[in-house]
Amino acid sequence: MEAYVQKKSAETLKPPVTSVGVIGWARANLFNGWLNSLLTIVTLYFLWIVVPPLIRWAFIDSVWNTSGAVCRDADGACWSIIATNFRFILFGFFPYDQQWRPLIAILILCALLFYSRNRNHWTKHLLYAWIIGLVVMGLLMRGGLFGLSSVETTQWGGLPLTLLLSVFGLTVAYPLGVILALGRQSKMPTIKWMSIIYIELIRGVPLISLLFMGSFIFPLFLPEGVNFPTILRALVAIIIFTAAYIAEVVRGGLQGMERGQYEAAESIGLNYFLTMRLIILPQALKIVIPPTVQQLISAFKDTSLVVIIALFDLLKTSQTVLSNPEWMGFSREAYIFVAILYFLGCFSMANYSRKLEKELSTEN
Amino acid sequence: MQAENSQTGKVPFWLDPKKRAIGYQIGTLCMVGLLAYYLVSNTIANLERQSVATGFSFLSKESSFEIGESLIPYSAASSYGRALVVGALNTLLVSFIGIILTVILGTFIGIARLSTNWLVKKIAAIYIEVLQDIPILLQLFFWYALFYEILPGPRQALNPFTGVFLCNRGLVFAIPEFGATHAYMGISFLASCIAIYLLRRWARLRQANTGQIFPVFRVSVGILFLLPFITWLVGGAPTAMSVPELKGFNFQGGVNVSPEFAALLLGLVLYTAAFVAEAVRAGIQSVSKGQREAAMSIGLKTNQVLQLVILPQALRVIIPPLTSQMLSLTKNSSLAVAIGYPDFVSVANTTMNQTGQSLEGVALIMLVYLIFSLSTSAFMNWYNKKVRLVER
Repeated sequence: MEAYVQKKSAETLKPPVTSVGVIGWARANLFNGWLNSLLTIVTLYFLWIVVPPLIRWAFIDSVWNTSGAVCRDADGACWSIIATNFRFILFGFFPYDQQWRPLIAILILCALLFYSRNRNHWTKHLLYAWIIGLVVMGLLMRGGLFGLSSVETTQWGGLPLTLLLSVFGLTVAYPLGVILALGRQSKMPTIKWMSIIYIELIRGVPLISLLFMGSFIFPLFLPEGVNFPTILRALVAIIIFTAAYIAEVVRGGLQGMERGQYEAAESIGLNYFLTMRLIILPQALKIVIPPTVQQLISAFKDTSLVVIIALFDLLKTSQTVLSNPEWMGFSREAYIFVAILYFLGCFSMANYSRKLEKELSTEN
Repeated sequence: MQAENSQTGKVPFWLDPKKRAIGYQIGTLCMVGLLAYYLVSNTIANLERQSVATGFSFLSKESSFEIGESLIPYSAASSYGRALVVGALNTLLVSFIGIILTVILGTFIGIARLSTNWLVKKIAAIYIEVLQDIPILLQLFFWYALFYEILPGPRQALNPFTGVFLCNRGLVFAIPEFGATHAYMGISFLASCIAIYLLRRWARLRQANTGQIFPVFRVSVGILFLLPFITWLVGGAPTAMSVPELKGFNFQGGVNVSPEFAALLLGLVLYTAAFVAEAVRAGIQSVSKGQREAAMSIGLKTNQVLQLVILPQALRVIIPPLTSQMLSLTKNSSLAVAIGYPDFVSVANTTMNQTGQSLEGVALIMLVYLIFSLSTSAFMNWYNKKVRLVER
């Protein structure tokens, strides 16, 4: 009987080559079923048609640091347009020897944003840091104090203008949006209806009509002799616009609050303002952090519309370079460069928003 | 105790919540009213000083500017009012075509995003991420520049198929010469739409009464194509085509899609489709796996599972964000002004520059977009109510 008992353990068979490693992965993810196989082949063929010429155009045949005339003979992309006009695209008509100032302002903003990424840093000190940072940024841009030469707002342009419009726009629009959202939830009919009309009116019209209003009609609203620079008028339009969208975002948070929270606050004798400040808003605003970041992304992208009222933001400075006869016809390169800048900004914010969403959802 | 107090009138009025609420409301109204009064009085004073005419009488004056593309007859001798109507129709045209294409492309990419095919999934994800993160205006400029810089002039126009030309003056293609038969085909198309509607009602009634299912979809498609086709045959099967020909510096005949329109449409569709794709993905993912399994376990076929179980539930989640994307596409079509397509904002802008009546111009822009927005959202709300699951 013993003869039939195997003493040694049997040799472990490896899984077939076709179901592990690269081949196994490809079979599971690319060639499972005839439809997917067909899709994969079609897609691969499509990529084969598109990608190599694109790489050839962008990297192999491209020229990087030449004059416009040399570019015309090159087969590939003319990145020289960026290399040569880099500082103008980024800073616009800001005086050339003073361009370190907007650069430092941008760096301060980036440092603040980077530091604010971590939610453990969200304290009162951070708020003060932001206020000081914004003031310093404004001072650096405007000048006129501490021996900095004064720079007119008409000379502001490029990336600092884009960032300034979106950051200041959102900073002012946020409290306004919270007030509007509270107004919309109010039990007082007049306040409720005024908020609803404002929000729906603004959300129903395109931003460009508000920018037109800012540049054409806003001067009419002011008494004679009072005049605001175009940048400020555009900023007002952006604030009015963003506030309505923030209000809807915040309303989502307010509606997410349970009745019990209001009742509990009432039962310990808090009045409306204390209830909102201590109980409701801290919780409601926390829920809506991710959509608020989405709103920041939209505001960042929407600032590009100020091109239409002839402000020199990032897009307009590149168009100005393109209208120079030397660089005429290299729009693709210039627009791709600007698109990459916007993409990097939006993508990092979107990633951050997703990360926050994950963090916030696991806590509850 | 409080009730007792208020009956005896001991509570001062500023501590009574109801009276206080009235006070707050009056206060807010006064503030808003004062602000409005301040702005209006300034505006009137400024307008008087600049001696700008007010009112909408300029609408009937001669516009004296040309518009490149128009759906209705228009010339420089027409009135400003007519010019604005042309602009509004152009906006409607680009939004309407844009919305249809966006929904198709967005659904396609949204489904691709959920594909089990790794390559397709990744490409869809990259598409969504990249297109969402680049401002629409930049994309419009990019496509427009691409049309202008890459495509050759009309004399060297690309000719991918017979009767189709692609050059920097736009896309030109042949269309059938319009005749009476085509008008009848249009009528028969409308008639088939009505017939399908009645057929659907009848089929639903029959299913409710007898339980028999009628293949509505296949029959509908048949009616939709067959009826106009028969009309065409009966009308003598006209095949005359209006073929574009190069005359002088441009093409004559056929249909010419201008580069402005093409760039605007392409930009709007590609950009908005990325957002629609996200909405579609979220909608499909919101239907739990158990629903599909349950549907299959009671013996429904794959397409029935999709049609009767998955889609009705997914649509409920998809429609609200889809509505807001349609609205945002309509509003974004106003960026046409930047690339020179004569949409409503663009025409209104020219009008404002010529007449100096910016107040009326901006008011008209806002009013027209409000009407578009409100009617779109009213329609989508109605549709949303229709597809909403009726709960117990």
